[in-house]
Amino acid sequence: MIKFEGVSKVFGTEGKAVQAVKNVTLTVNKGEVFGIVGFSGAGKSTLIRLVNLLERPTSGKVTVNNLEISTISPTELRKLRRGIGMIFQSFNLFNSRTVFGNIAYPLKLAKTNKQEIKRRVKELLQFVGLEDKEDNYPEQLSGGQRQRVGIARALATSPDILICDEATSALDPETTGEILNLLKKINKEYNITILLITHEMHVIRTICDRMAVMENGEVIEEGNVYDIFSDPQSKTTKNFISSVLNDKLSPRLLKKLHENPTVRLYRVIFTGEASSKPILSQVTRKHQIDFNIIYGSINELQEQLFGSLVVEFYGGKSEVDKVVEELSKIVEVREVVHHGS
Amino acid sequence: MGVDWNTFWPRIVEATGETILMVILTLVFSSILGILMGLLFFVTREGNILQNKYVFNILNLIVNIVRPIPFIILLVAITPITREIVGTTIGTMAAVFPMTIAASFAIARIVENNLISVEPGIIEAAQAMGARPIQIIFGVLIPEALGPLILGLTFITVGLIDFSAMAGTVGGGGLGDLAMSYGYQRFDTSVMVVTVVILILLVQIAQFTGNFLSKAVLRR
Repeated sequence: MIKFEGVSKVFGTEGKAVQAVKNVTLTVNKGEVFGIVGFSGAGKSTLIRLVNLLERPTSGKVTVNNLEISTISPTELRKLRRGIGMIFQSFNLFNSRTVFGNIAYPLKLAKTNKQEIKRRVKELLQFVGLEDKEDNYPEQLSGGQRQRVGIARALATSPDILICDEATSALDPETTGEILNLLKKINKEYNITILLITHEMHVIRTICDRMAVMENGEVIEEGNVYDIFSDPQSKTTKNFISSVLNDKLSPRLLKKLHENPTVRLYRVIFTGEASSKPILSQVTRKHQIDFNIIYGSINELQEQLFGSLVVEFYGGKSEVDKVVEELSKIVEVREVVHHGS
Repeated sequence: MGVDWNTFWPRIVEATGETILMVILTLVFSSILGILMGLLFFVTREGNILQNKYVFNILNLIVNIVRPIPFIILLVAITPITREIVGTTIGTMAAVFPMTIAASFAIARIVENNLISVEPGIIEAAQAMGARPIQIIFGVLIPEALGPLILGLTFITVGLIDFSAMAGTVGGGGLGDLAMSYGYQRFDTSVMVVTVVILILLVQIAQFTGNFLSKAVLRR
């Protein structure tokens, strides 16, 4: 569907050149929601603009629907762009046009006849839930409503790819949730491939199937969202994940807990099957010791549960060791140590 | 020294008509030229939809040469060209030509400045939809900047009323001519006062119309 092969993008000329994208190789499959996460300046914004040639790659190949796009003619490029919808952080609606006018604009560009435009705009307004706003101007709408107009406008020409450039970053948490639901619905109902960039891991967790992490222009980690959440490799990825999982105790609290030298804390990570079984309870009961969950969270990721809990076991050292050993065969267990003491 | 108002009023009416004609004709011609130049300025600017260093720099140079020339000097300096194009250097039409030249360059700058204030993201959105540059210019850029553009043109119109009075001094006719020949050269203060009052009224009308139109466009 979308393929980057050794793609680089350099801005500026020699001397003060900035390499925004470095040798990126990535494939986005048809029908999936693919998210790229990274801090601002990581190059994600440039990378997605290579897909519809708002930016041209300095080197490497970008392929969209089996078409190598860097060599296409201006006419082919306009056709390609009509097949790729795009929504933006700041919505970028035409302030001089009404909601109707905004959604109708791409259809006018595609020379659709008036009646068909009317029908299609009505249909889209219904889809995004703004039937009563067609005569309003963007400035009369809230942020969430504006993004809905942006989405309707991007979908007007029935594209098969939707690019989202930080589409929810300017919205409050509740509205973000609504927009993400809408994007998921678009993906499911119309089978539109979605490529999104964000700096919020929450967005990735909520709607993405696969993801990549970008840093300094490079893709440093890539894969299934569930796999990356349960087993992150790089430090940046770990930081991003802990921003949504809330599974890290603060160093101060940890120090306090460790003031009692007999306390031993373990992090137990449940993935896949293990997360739906009473493992902790079974194993501790078998060895007749108690446990207490001190901290942690269980999250839904791609319709599976993922848990990361900090647990304290009450019992003699040998029993606890046995419990840990037995648990380790089923789930991942790590002792939580207090750094700096 | 008294004035025979019975013969004088028709002259004032005629001169007012000439001034209005000069201003309107100049506004039409210079708007066409100025808006085209301003658009060219904007789209050829670095990073914009039709960026072209050469066109931009040449245009920039021309504008920067013409703009600083005081209008009264430009008026006299381009007399030979005026004669070539208009056929005469005296009268209302002869004044319209230099006024158009001066106003076009000013409008070009105003148009360019107003277009720069259009959110680049909006242009990017239109590009991403597959709009051609010409469709972006007329379907997006101009409608988005229309409110401030009208205010800019209003500002120019008020300036043109001023220019027309100056053009009057070199035989362009109009209220400026009248004020100079009767009020200044014949020391007739009452004529001067009447022409000044009419000029003030014209400026008020122009400004009111401009404000009204831009408000209508901006819906605020």
